[in-house]
Amino acid sequence: MKFAVVVFPGSNCDEDAFHAATDVLGERAEYIWHKETSLKDADVVILPGGFAHGDYLRTGAMARFSPIMRAVEAFAAEGGPVLGICNGFQILLEAGLLPGAMLRNRDLKFHCEHVHVRVEYTDTPFTGACHAGAVLRIPIAHGDGNYFADPETIARLEANRQVIFRYTDAAGLVTDAANPNGSASGIAGLCSDRRNVVGLMPHPERACESALGSVDGLQIFRSAVDALNLHRVLQTA
Amino acid sequence: MRARVFVTLKTSVFDPQGRTIADALHSLGYGTVDDVRQGKYFELDLRTADASEARALAAEVADKLLANPVIESYRVEVDS
Repeated sequence: MKFAVVVFPGSNCDEDAFHAATDVLGERAEYIWHKETSLKDADVVILPGGFAHGDYLRTGAMARFSPIMRAVEAFAAEGGPVLGICNGFQILLEAGLLPGAMLRNRDLKFHCEHVHVRVEYTDTPFTGACHAGAVLRIPIAHGDGNYFADPETIARLEANRQVIFRYTDAAGLVTDAANPNGSASGIAGLCSDRRNVVGLMPHPERACESALGSVDGLQIFRSAVDALNLHRVLQTA
Repeated sequence: MRARVFVTLKTSVFDPQGRTIADALHSLGYGTVDDVRQGKYFELDLRTADASEARALAAEVADKLLANPVIESYRVEVDS
């Protein structure tokens, strides 16, 4: 299977995502420059972290207008798995592929640290290899990760089981102290209503090898591989 | 014609930068500053002489790009 890693001017986690897909997992991957209009034959799309277009105006606001985003929207509309990591999550929000918006972290500080997130649901292409309720230790690195949506939207996300990752303490308990940025309901990651588009603020690609201090992020990439292999088996059966 | 667009966070959205600025003003002795909301300001030079056309165009680009309707609201002014 093949990963497409979209590269915007200012992306800086693209090589880490590429490395996780290829060197760590042994799958194929290809960089796709943001001015391209085709994802080629990709099976899964990653919008990586960084500061696309300098994060001018608002995080992700300009990236939404990059030509490749029309192809990403079409891919997502057909049910293709799309993962937005950090800035990629912010781009998905601005593009309207996921609901809500990001505000500055409540303490106005850029947080660069390992945090714990609980996997709420495993029926997405990026959490199928996890156990429900598993607590992953994954780093964050962001200044605008304070997830906001109006109370009605939050209630709808909860009712539809779309909150996929939540900030918790090491024991998996949601506490205000374990919430690094002030996100509503401790939301660290979401999925779309069709569940194929997932965005999260933590960086799983930075937690894929023991040398990096954690391998918990590998479960997210492995989930995508498992989901596509299962899809293929079902199609040929 | 010039249009000015003021974008601010909605009143229902907490503005941590505005709060920090208000706290700084209080520490400078400006205790009568009750609240501060930080925002963005845009000047658009528009190729039209018609004020209502300018206002409509400024509102359109504010809706499409300058403001994120999930968290922000905006106000447009045009030269009369």
